[in-house]
Amino acid sequence: MRLRPPLGSPFQILLLACSFALAGYAGARLFADDWRGVALWLVGAALLHDLVLLPLYALADRALVRGLGSAGRREWTMYVRVPAALSALLLLVWFPLISGMVDQRYRSATGLSADGFLARWLLITAVLFGGSALLLAIRLSPPTRMRERGRLRRATKRRPPPVH
Amino acid sequence: MGRAPAAGALPAYRRIMRDDDPRLPSSPGFWRSPLRGTWFTSVLGLVLLVGITVLFVTGLVSYAAYNPDLSPVNDQTPGKGILGFYLFSWPTDPHWLYRFTQGLHVTLGITLIPVLLAKLWSVVPRLFALPPARSLAHALERISLLLLVGGGLFEFTTGVLNVQLDYVFPGSFYPLHFYGAWVFFAAFVAHAVLKVPTALRAVRRRQDERDGREQGGRERDGREQGGRERDGREQGGRELGGRELGGRERDGRGQGGREQGGLVTPRPVAPTVSRRGALWFVGGASLLLLATTVGQSIGGALRRTALLAPHGGTDPGAGPNGFQINKTAAYAGIDPRETGAQAWRLVVTGRGGTVRLSRDQLLRMPLHSSALPIACVEGWSTADQWWRGVRLRDLAALVGHDGDPPDLFVESLQRHGAFRRAALRANQVADPRSLLALYVNGEDLSPDHGYPARIIVPAAPGVLNTKWVARLTFGDL
Repeated sequence: MRLRPPLGSPFQILLLACSFALAGYAGARLFADDWRGVALWLVGAALLHDLVLLPLYALADRALVRGLGSAGRREWTMYVRVPAALSALLLLVWFPLISGMVDQRYRSATGLSADGFLARWLLITAVLFGGSALLLAIRLSPPTRMRERGRLRRATKRRPPPVH
Repeated sequence: MGRAPAAGALPAYRRIMRDDDPRLPSSPGFWRSPLRGTWFTSVLGLVLLVGITVLFVTGLVSYAAYNPDLSPVNDQTPGKGILGFYLFSWPTDPHWLYRFTQGLHVTLGITLIPVLLAKLWSVVPRLFALPPARSLAHALERISLLLLVGGGLFEFTTGVLNVQLDYVFPGSFYPLHFYGAWVFFAAFVAHAVLKVPTALRAVRRRQDERDGREQGGRERDGREQGGRERDGREQGGRELGGRELGGRERDGRGQGGREQGGLVTPRPVAPTVSRRGALWFVGGASLLLLATTVGQSIGGALRRTALLAPHGGTDPGAGPNGFQINKTAAYAGIDPRETGAQAWRLVVTGRGGTVRLSRDQLLRMPLHSSALPIACVEGWSTADQWWRGVRLRDLAALVGHDGDPPDLFVESLQRHGAFRRAALRANQVADPRSLLALYVNGEDLSPDHGYPARIIVPAAPGVLNTKWVARLTFGDL
């Protein structure tokens, strides 16, 4: 026996109908001038993020974890992931300025030099990786006994006090 | 094919194989991060709930600050219809009002980018979940999610590009960002109504469990074990969430981790970071963006800390005119010959007639001072500058509007730019701090700051502080 597709929650249907009505009202105005361009941007933004950006960084991350894992250094992952991700994030957000693609307009509009952005981004990146390397070095540098004690201390903190 | 007994079972078998093949993103086993789960998504979602609400409100406030209902020249979205229902006369107090609301809008928007990305990452398995729709309500929800994700990314992208002067989007920024915000917000409200109860339950439940666990004195050391424990808890958390579970059960597929609506993976890899650590990571990324941006809105010595923000770093030149510029004279197409002492005359019109004033004549009128900032829609602003010039209400009195100044229509020498003409409301004209400024910080205005004369009004968006003023027309608009 074939079941008819269920309706689901009537409240949800009503709520979404209201939402679509408002979105439609605003959308008619949003699409009024260049509907092709706007549709491309709206849908393109979602597709570009979900099908390109996210898979790319997920794959890069998987490669990093596997690479470090096969080198027996899986616990180093965060020391690479954090600075790399932060640097990539800054590049993503400030790409027009860092890449210099708005140089001319920026210079003539603001009266400021457009030269520093790439250098500053590289410097921040260097500081992020440098700081991360420093933290890792600190974690690794003292002889194993120190670390063991640290780990022990951390573990005992959460344990209920032993019976005296 | 052709084997009759298998025909009935085969499609179902195939479907199970298709849904469970971990090589396909439609299979929950394809997504292997042990971080994903209702709690993680809920925390990020609740942060966005608050943050995006603030963004929306400050965005609407910024729209009102332009006084778009006063005159067509202020209105970049004349077809707004009922979307301008809330508009009000923009006040002049406190004088840093727009500086604050718009600095908040832009800085918070940039700060929330990592949270938005993390939230989208945390729910990406849902995008590929099969069947595409379990019910009519679910189908509508998924369409709404396209508006939510597409609209959200559209708003963040247009905003981030606009503050960097990268006008690659399809049309003028104002209508795109304003109407886009309403489309996005329509989907955002629906999503919030549907999901906030689940999110709150997940967060509360996790809190209860942590309290319980701490009493029980269980250890959290073994990472591997920790991961498994968490997954177990997720299942518990989700059972309260009813709706998703119900849908899955009707599918007849609800088994173990699968009941999580595709969020908790059934095949977790060993974690490299705890969920808590991942949240710190996202928060740290937000903090980094905040720290390298907020200085452009605070100004002073902190401007140097805004390392990558468009109006961070240095000020353009030194001296009294060495503060941030929105558009230079060259950019606006100002010909120095038009602003010279012989050529430039300010034309002031009112019900009493028209007067033409040279800069020297203006300087012989009573001059007043006010300390006011420049605050741009792009989120950056300057500290208070010390302006000196003729009060707008004194100019109104000069052309027959004594005591009760009306609205004001301002025209610039500017050749192009959306705001080469701007309208100010009567309350802005009447404010004693509103000036036609001739000096700043004790010196003549520089060409880039509007020489020979510019408007400066407390709490008004930067573009309404018209530079290179040529004509003032007083009268009700």
